[in-house]
Amino acid sequence: MQSIVRREPLHTLRSRTLVLAADNVDTDQIIPARFLTVTTRDGLGTKLFADWRYDAQGGPRPDSPLDQPGAAGARILIAGRNFGCGSSREHAVWALQDFGFAAVLARSLADIFRRNALQNGLLAVEVDAAAHARLLAEPGGEVTLDLAAQTLTLGGGAPAAFAIDSFARHCLLSGLDELEFLLGQEAAIAAFEAERRGAGDPAAGPAAER
Amino acid sequence: MMDGSGAPRTLFAKIWDAHLVRAASAETPAVVYVDLHLVHEVTSPQAFAQLRERGLPVRRPERTVATVDHAIPTTPRPAGGRLVVHDPQAAAQVAALESNCAELGIRLYGVESGRQGIVHVIGPELGLTQPGMTIVCGDSHTSTHGAFGALAFGIGTSEVAQVLATQCLLLGRPRTMAVEIDGRLQPGVTAKDLILGVIAQIGVGGATGLAVEYRGECAGALSMEERMTVCNMSIEAGARAGMIAPDDHTYQYLSGRPGAPQGREWEAALGRWRALPSDEGARFDRTVRIDAAALEPMITYGTNPGMGIPIGGVIPDPAGDAGQEKALRYMGLAPGQPLLGWPIDVVFIGSCTNSRLSDLRLAASIFAGRRVAAGVRALVVPGSQQIKRQAEAEGLDRIFREAGAEWREAGCSMCLAMNDDRLAAGEYAVSTSNRNFEGRQGSGGRTFLASPLTAAAAAVAGKIADPRQVLR
Ligand code: SF4
Repeated sequence: MQSIVRREPLHTLRSRTLVLAADNVDTDQIIPARFLTVTTRDGLGTKLFADWRYDAQGGPRPDSPLDQPGAAGARILIAGRNFGCGSSREHAVWALQDFGFAAVLARSLADIFRRNALQNGLLAVEVDAAAHARLLAEPGGEVTLDLAAQTLTLGGGAPAAFAIDSFARHCLLSGLDELEFLLGQEAAIAAFEAERRGAGDPAAGPAAER
Repeated sequence: MMDGSGAPRTLFAKIWDAHLVRAASAETPAVVYVDLHLVHEVTSPQAFAQLRERGLPVRRPERTVATVDHAIPTTPRPAGGRLVVHDPQAAAQVAALESNCAELGIRLYGVESGRQGIVHVIGPELGLTQPGMTIVCGDSHTSTHGAFGALAFGIGTSEVAQVLATQCLLLGRPRTMAVEIDGRLQPGVTAKDLILGVIAQIGVGGATGLAVEYRGECAGALSMEERMTVCNMSIEAGARAGMIAPDDHTYQYLSGRPGAPQGREWEAALGRWRALPSDEGARFDRTVRIDAAALEPMITYGTNPGMGIPIGGVIPDPAGDAGQEKALRYMGLAPGQPLLGWPIDVVFIGSCTNSRLSDLRLAASIFAGRRVAAGVRALVVPGSQQIKRQAEAEGLDRIFREAGAEWREAGCSMCLAMNDDRLAAGEYAVSTSNRNFEGRQGSGGRTFLASPLTAAAAAVAGKIADPRQVLR
């Protein structure tokens, strides 16, 4: 496998957690659509969960989970089921990272969110019921994630294993970028295109008006 | 179409296998070729920027098609009028797409083309969407195109860059789910009610990551526009893709469209397309059944599309479910309460789910000879400029205007509240769109998802109403 590093590799991460226990947190919550008129990836952290953090006048909401004492500096987000469902907006991942999160440990993850996270080096993994229950029971607890060992350790407890797709793990550990990997497939891509043209598949022609 | 081993294959498997540039190995996912890449203004600028940073060209500009839909205003313009985007950031986004497309040789359907519209409406309408294709777009409702027997799914912006640069994606092979739809829909019950019924049954995470095929008597009987409505909302159950096998409805719809093959190529394509449907005995990883004949018009009461009930039903007891309780608090509704008769402020008829000509006809069947209730704002937003013209040729716009509804320009509009079409905090809307998430249609706004019939019925009644009663 190639190893062109485009990103900081991620091996271990140690941080306090921030717990957002709700299920089905959609990407419209993570970043509302009105903030998507940007043309860059930067600076979205202030918009993260905007409607949970600010009232209609833009004042802080006292019940905002992100602004509770002890929340500042947490780099690991603990989430419920189906986290990141809904819109495909990668802005959700950019906003989480810009706010300071480096990992999301969820009971389950929405498909596109999981892929977007990986593309940006945000470690997003699913944890089993037992580990999840312990994480929920200790909001703000200190967690150590060891990606090579695929374990998470809460406080002084015993390490618990988590599952992650082996290619995703490899990308995160090495900083490998999927785009670079795909660019390295040029010969195979060209051969595939030539073969399809040879077979006379009209779908191999341009998607153009005739 | 059997593979070498002779094992029966699903529609999904046939398309997947035909697009493998490189099969998955123990170490790497599959490299999958993309036939058609649809692009819009909101999820593409960072991808184009990434290409530029790395000095990469667009590998297949002729397989890439762009339009503007998400953030543009839909306020009425004079015929042939120019698009004026007042929000400076949104204007910059549109300008970025225009210059990126011009510079990189990508076809862009802007408003002056007469063919602009919601990306998932114009792909099929132009005949670009075809059976057996792989289709992606930086938008989760790309599943819409699966109505044609294509494998179509939403991707993020980093993946948009990958497809621009290599025409490929790295993918794990999704598992499959069959949704067997028995029976036929009753009068007054639409494709929207069907898919809301499916999601209410399996849940918003019920198909996470799966390639779903809608099958059975009902799926085959649906028109292409109805199939698009069903496949569109597959993502609301978490599915990677939703698809329906191509058949004569599909071929009739496509025949003669500008992007469709013509002449001998058409015949050759038909031969290929006819081999696509799942083989007899093909295995799905999961199967669910739904009885279409038992469905009633559906409406959502909560803050995700799985929280749906028959229109005459009552709001279920959360039974301690924190998510349900939170949703009801947000909606200002209580368990045990019926939705019929609940007063509403806004009706939105539009979005890639329900903005096609047949949807507008359904809405018009209710508006004809009736008036939008006092105090209710009703917006009708066609999915594309072509649909707008067709609707006007039929006089549907007159029906909407005479009823007191707004007839607007094509775009996403109040589906996602990126432009000025927004709910105010606390307002209630009946919407034909696909998401009732908190604040989706405007910060603090509250959404009931329903069919065009139910939405129009609510507009004239001023409250949630059963369209079958209004039509009687
Ligand atoms: S109409 Fe709504 S759901 Fe469809 S593409 Fe536009 S914003 Fe997305």
